[in-house]
Amino acid sequence: MHLSSDELILWQHGFFKLNVTIVTTWALMLVLVVGAKLITRNLEHKIHISRWQSLLEVIVVNIRKQIEEVGLRQPERYMGFLGTLFLFIALSNLCTIFPGYAPPTGSLSTTAALALSVFIAVPLFGIAESGLGAYLRSYTKPTFIMLPFNIISELSRTLAMAIRLFGNIMSGTMILAILLTITPFIFPIVMSLLGLLTGMVQAYIFSILATVYIAAATRVREETGD
Amino acid sequence: MDSTTLIAMASIITAGLTIAIGGVGPALGEGRSVAQALSSLAQQPDASTTITRTLFVGLAMIESIAIYSFVVSMILIFANPFWNHVIAQAAK
Repeated sequence: MHLSSDELILWQHGFFKLNVTIVTTWALMLVLVVGAKLITRNLEHKIHISRWQSLLEVIVVNIRKQIEEVGLRQPERYMGFLGTLFLFIALSNLCTIFPGYAPPTGSLSTTAALALSVFIAVPLFGIAESGLGAYLRSYTKPTFIMLPFNIISELSRTLAMAIRLFGNIMSGTMILAILLTITPFIFPIVMSLLGLLTGMVQAYIFSILATVYIAAATRVREETGD
Repeated sequence: MDSTTLIAMASIITAGLTIAIGGVGPALGEGRSVAQALSSLAQQPDASTTITRTLFVGLAMIESIAIYSFVVSMILIFANPFWNHVIAQAAK
């Protein structure tokens, strides 16, 4: 039994390895990019719009609304990053209904990469919003003693994000595999339904946590009371 | 008992204990938070979107502790470094 899809290597040439995780990730990226390109190729302003356009509008408007509700006043600046995170994780988790599909989010390397991108994006957005000095000073709030704890919390929440997503998705596939060997007929269907729900909730959680962290980093300027 | 048996036994028992003990705390915490959220929903149905969003984020935070213990027990069973070391030693 494999703990993650990293161990299934499809093609190997010297140092270069092509495992299932990479192939699935690129396939999902291709689906997302080509799909978005095809749908937005001819957008319409009429009362009757195409089905795909209305689907995309619903997704975009809702992501915008969620970002705004958390407290970021210019959602357009953050939508590219946060929306991509949500759409990639959601699609990757939803595709588990296809048999034989190994979700890339069920591998620790993918989730670590996603968490690292959040880890890098949070200070970047914070500095872009309030300047380097003000952002660095936010680490010494409320007192200077809190400096090491703020740094530790920055690191530990990145680790927590990676492990949370990985653990949830991996446990879903693992439980499904174990149940298939014990009670093969009805029960795995129920559990895979639960897995779909968990996948969507985790995609939501991951992106909303990233939004909350970015909101906390960009809120520095308001609190210093300019 | 040789060391291989000892390592296998310790890993299996610890894996069970990890998920058993690690599941209790988050279960109690999630129960408390859901009960609290339900009563606040009953008091203020207007704030349902805010309460539900905060509840989901909080639940994911609490649940991640159970997920950590699950990951540790899965590592102990399927990717145990001590077990792999002993097997590699025995193969030599």
